[in-house]
Amino acid sequence: MATKLRVKVNGLVHSVTASLDTPLLYVLHNELHLHGPRFGCGLAQCGACSVLLDGKEIRSCVTPVAAVSGKAITTLEGLPALWAKERGTSAASPALHPLQQAWIDVQVPHCGYCQNGMLIQAADLLNTTKNPTEDQIRTAMNGHLCRCGTYPRILTAIKQAAAVMAKGGK
Amino acid sequence: MTGYLHEKEFSRKTFLKGGGALVVGFSLGVLAAKAQAGDFVSIPGDSPFASNGIDQNQVDAWLTINADNTGWVKSGAIFQGTGSTTGILMIAAEELGMDLGQLSIVQDDTDVSPNTGQKDASNTIVGGAGRGTRAAAAWARETLLGLASTRLGVPVSSLSVSNGVVSGGGRSVSYGELIGGKLFNVTMPASYDLQHADGIWTNAGLSAGDAPAKPISDYKVVGTSPPRFDIPGVVTGTSAYIQNVRLPGMLHGRVVRPRGQRAYGIGARPVSVDEGSIAHIQGVRVVRKGDFLGVVAPHEYDAIQAAAQLRVTWDKPPQALPGGDDEFAAMRALDAAGKTLASNTSLNGVENRGDVDGALASAAHVVSASYGWPTNVHTPIGPQCSIAEVTSQGARIISGTQGVYTIRDYTAPLLGLPPEKVRVTAFPMGGCFGDGSQYRDVAAAAAVMSQSVGAPVRVQLMRWDEIGWDGTSPGTLMELRAGIDGNGKIVAHDTTQFYPQYEQESVELTGQLTGTPLLPTYMDGNYWPAPMYEVANNRYQLKAIPLEGQWVNAGWMRAGSSPHATFAGEQLIDELAYAAKMDPVAFRIQNVTSGDTRQGLLDVLQATTKAANWQPRLAASKLSDADVVSGRGFAWSNVYLDNVPSAAVADVVVNKKTGKVTVKHVYQAFSAGLLISPGLVENQLVGGITQIVGRVMTEQVRFSKTNVVSSDFVSYPILRFKDSPGVTAIVLQRTDIPPQGVGEPVAVVAPAAVANAIFDATGVRLRTAPFTPARVRAALKAAGVA
Repeated sequence: MATKLRVKVNGLVHSVTASLDTPLLYVLHNELHLHGPRFGCGLAQCGACSVLLDGKEIRSCVTPVAAVSGKAITTLEGLPALWAKERGTSAASPALHPLQQAWIDVQVPHCGYCQNGMLIQAADLLNTTKNPTEDQIRTAMNGHLCRCGTYPRILTAIKQAAAVMAKGGK
Repeated sequence: MTGYLHEKEFSRKTFLKGGGALVVGFSLGVLAAKAQAGDFVSIPGDSPFASNGIDQNQVDAWLTINADNTGWVKSGAIFQGTGSTTGILMIAAEELGMDLGQLSIVQDDTDVSPNTGQKDASNTIVGGAGRGTRAAAAWARETLLGLASTRLGVPVSSLSVSNGVVSGGGRSVSYGELIGGKLFNVTMPASYDLQHADGIWTNAGLSAGDAPAKPISDYKVVGTSPPRFDIPGVVTGTSAYIQNVRLPGMLHGRVVRPRGQRAYGIGARPVSVDEGSIAHIQGVRVVRKGDFLGVVAPHEYDAIQAAAQLRVTWDKPPQALPGGDDEFAAMRALDAAGKTLASNTSLNGVENRGDVDGALASAAHVVSASYGWPTNVHTPIGPQCSIAEVTSQGARIISGTQGVYTIRDYTAPLLGLPPEKVRVTAFPMGGCFGDGSQYRDVAAAAAVMSQSVGAPVRVQLMRWDEIGWDGTSPGTLMELRAGIDGNGKIVAHDTTQFYPQYEQESVELTGQLTGTPLLPTYMDGNYWPAPMYEVANNRYQLKAIPLEGQWVNAGWMRAGSSPHATFAGEQLIDELAYAAKMDPVAFRIQNVTSGDTRQGLLDVLQATTKAANWQPRLAASKLSDADVVSGRGFAWSNVYLDNVPSAAVADVVVNKKTGKVTVKHVYQAFSAGLLISPGLVENQLVGGITQIVGRVMTEQVRFSKTNVVSSDFVSYPILRFKDSPGVTAIVLQRTDIPPQGVGEPVAVVAPAAVANAIFDATGVRLRTAPFTPARVRAALKAAGVA
């Protein structure tokens, strides 16, 4: 049964029509046309669909849209603005979150499809753990699957971004 | 709004009638915000370049120069994650004398692109399509210099080119001013055979450094490592995968199949379909054609729910599959029952020669063992996806694919259309990893559904479709025997390879279900494990298993069975070195081939052992009683391609109590002739090592007697972050060998090094993959080590 809903995504409130049990992913993808969250398994096993819900990583493929009412969703597209907010600057959003810049600098992706979830999970990690050890990174990232084998470069990129963020983005 | 880019591109009108091609731009240094706009531009449909009607020996079939001094390259390159599109543009920029940022690459499209064949071997992109691109760019430059000479009144020898601007005699003129938007009308030599530029196997095109191409010593672009142009869009969400493409009026489709394929050719017949079971889902429709069953709905989640809830009674599948864990015993049983096809023919250049039995009878030591690598699936994280619109006028398909022409030729007969009425455009996909991946079939499924419901249909596989109905990468059993003399020289090598045959790509599942008869399966992707060695007496036998009615569908993943052959062969060599009481590396150097590939093999061996600081010693000579022990192993291979040698050292830690093996680090050196972008190759190597270590540590498709039961990432686990080894990737540049292709052979050699490291740590051989804790613990226990 389709219902009119309001969802707050990347700082903007959108009105959408969807049945209450529709997983958030399909609303983000098909109604808001966001390309960041991607369908990988539909079973919360791979993490390609991850978004931040009030700053914490969740699997949008199994989260009913009704469950996110009144909460702030951040997708891959919203990471630069999130970084601006964390830095407390009122200036216009930077083009890239330090994690995205590190991903480019390190040339992390192969096919890139899973990297949405990797970046979202890494943003969650660095939000709570400013200077993570290698073990902390591996543990935090363990629920996200990459088939191309980019884990080694993700590890490098997260360390690089953490260092940049510790210096306030310099 | 980012998502509407593609609705704009593919308005209903242009989608069906064509009217242009997608071009993907190289925007080095342009940040993501702008890359969105730069990602896709459209070639006007009335441009002579927007056609595949041009003879492939013409420059115009491959590239064009626009009035604004930009260029479009159409090599038939595709986006599957290897970055080879960047490599193709680098080749073109080098020969043309243009900046990378001036060039864009056209998506592979049957109405636009030269037919550079199926990209099921990575080798066919840079190694094959790259040669055609180089030839066309070199001839284009010759032509442009001639035009500039006339225009400027300066002899060609006094002209120079920079960023597509020709200068001489104090004046300059741009390529765009010389030819912008017009055809070159230049025919390249027939000897290039660009009509058949379908891969490295035919060696079509112009080799690097051959005139009129630039001498390699003058290269400014090729051999450097610019960043991939598609990465900013990927990490910001501004670029699009096939999964993101939307059309107005489009319906979402899902295939409806039992969870898990039966034996090849058995298919799945819906005996009864209760459409009332999904009547509560708004707008949903059932599509049935023969045994093909699917659902469509305006909303994606409704289609997913409908596919899950549709009550179907399926026919009872026969008990035709091995069942259980041991597919290798099943292979032997089929052989004993006379159901394999024996072959003694030489394959991949392997010669049966000498007197193997005689040499083994007089050898100082003989080692004989069997090695098994089970069935794997491709399972890219991005499930295969296609959009099709079929009308009475023809069909238009957009798909993730390794070959647009293959989709066209497979799909057209299912629609009752001639191939020229079916237009297929490639779109970036979320991984592929080989020929068995179901991109061809999802395209056909979308087209069949669209034809049935009279609207554009987008079909995306669910994870259980993706894993359960994959064209699996076949399990392989290698029975090996080899002998050495008293000096540790190999005197004979004897291989029997058991493996399932290969499906005919022209009849995928949707074809079968809609009534297309199967074609016979055939042999492909089998490899001899010992081209690295000097072997006077050799025998290679194949025992092929026809798929139909007794095995699951097969389609090789990355590098065919060369990882499997190397896994077996390089363990056997280690066993010989141990018998000879020699350091495993020294043993290999002593027995290295005297052929043309010798130096390349020694080069990667040297680079790897140096990086790993390999200390010569007998394997398993420092065994410990501790519960947690460590070891290191070596392996090398040019099994997949003669001129692509690679060597690896693996460090492992084995917990004897739990059986848990941790691969701590892999050092691997790799060479593949002229590397267009060493940085791209290094990244492929990092990923290739990681993926193939994952395959040997965790991956195995499970069967019941009737069907595949692996269906998701729990029942088919792949490597996780915590278990990912550290990687030292070393790429060696060689300008004396043409580009060889990289994406497949990077993922071959590491598993044998891991197995040899486990032996070094424990003194126990693990000859069957995957190395799960249960299997390792059982093997250690059986050997009295744990």
